[in-house]
Amino acid sequence: MSDKITFTIDGKECTGKKGQTIVEAAKENGVYIPVLCHYDGLKPAGACRICTVRVGGRNMAACTTPIANDIVVQNNIPELEDMRKAIVEMLFVEGNHMCPTCEKSGNCELQALGYRYLMMAPRFPYLWPTKQVDASIPKLYIDRNRCILCLRCHRGVTTKDGKHIFGPVKRGDRTMITADPELAAGMTDKQAQQAMDICPVGALLKKEVGFVVPVGKRKYDQKPIGSEIQGN
Amino acid sequence: MSKPVVATASLAGCFGCHMSILDIDDRILQLIELVEFNKSPVDDIKKFTKQCDIGIIEGGCCNSENVENLKEFRKHCKILISLGECAIMGGLPAMRNGIPVEECLKEAYLDCPTVDDKIIPNDDELPMILDRVYPLHEIVKIDYYLPGCPPRADLIWEALVALLTGKELNLPYEVVKFD
Repeated sequence: MSDKITFTIDGKECTGKKGQTIVEAAKENGVYIPVLCHYDGLKPAGACRICTVRVGGRNMAACTTPIANDIVVQNNIPELEDMRKAIVEMLFVEGNHMCPTCEKSGNCELQALGYRYLMMAPRFPYLWPTKQVDASIPKLYIDRNRCILCLRCHRGVTTKDGKHIFGPVKRGDRTMITADPELAAGMTDKQAQQAMDICPVGALLKKEVGFVVPVGKRKYDQKPIGSEIQGN
Repeated sequence: MSKPVVATASLAGCFGCHMSILDIDDRILQLIELVEFNKSPVDDIKKFTKQCDIGIIEGGCCNSENVENLKEFRKHCKILISLGECAIMGGLPAMRNGIPVEECLKEAYLDCPTVDDKIIPNDDELPMILDRVYPLHEIVKIDYYLPGCPPRADLIWEALVALLTGKELNLPYEVVKFD
């Protein structure tokens, strides 16, 4: 039996391998499905739902749903695009996201999605939650004002023997990311950089450096997020 | 036919957005052909002398005077535009939003090491500070938003021209930015 799977996204014939998720297979076929909590190489979490697609009339998270033969995926339809825009807006009002003061500005995936969806002002009222900045670990700041709880740092930043350095504590709207002080103390510069790169927003920032890349040369200054996949 | 009338104001802002308006460079000559300015720091007219077509506001609302000014603009302008991050989400002044007003005033006027007369200013002449900084659309109805810190001059120009001439707005990716 062949491992090759054929299916369609918005009418486009796509092929993938057994075991791939819709996001992975779409990427290989040049179709961009927006992701935020998903990071290549990490186990999918399905936390943010920005990748929601419609499969057989039902909304599914494309980062966790495996492909199957002959499934019909709807991706770029107005209803889903508006829902994705609403998620971006919701994430903006749920935290304290001040792009002009943020070091990650220009390299931030949340902001880049805001650009992609032309978010001029969020449709929801700002919540102004009270959040803390944790500067207790040696190499990084954890700015919870900007954290979107994607759990990418939790899944992606580990010690050599596989222990998670970051993890969520508390529940519900009090959930926050925190670092294990002992494990975080042993982090190398390289690991700190990796943690900062894995964070889609400016919640994990490396200490003692900042604003290295000038405005105009940052990741999303010239090209929208997803253009590397769509090829435009 | 008389020219459309434009009014502008800076509330809790830094005038950076107004600088960005000036940053349209020599197109400002075309702008003068297209519109007439009323109340605005650009021509230093302090009070509305007539009804305006477009009001452009920079900065959020941090005190009672800002709110009064904003309501005045809403009354006198057919179309009201939020210009820049502060107008849209409070911006830099809104960094005090998580801190109680009392603590802010104490830090600024009592505990600050460079303060001489340690009193919190309180006079009928002074506008009252609000409990937090409000984006404009939480106080009055806003018709259009132009984000950026500051909004790119090209964004302001394209949006104004589209609004004044009725042409379709076609924005390049580079001009809509939040920083």
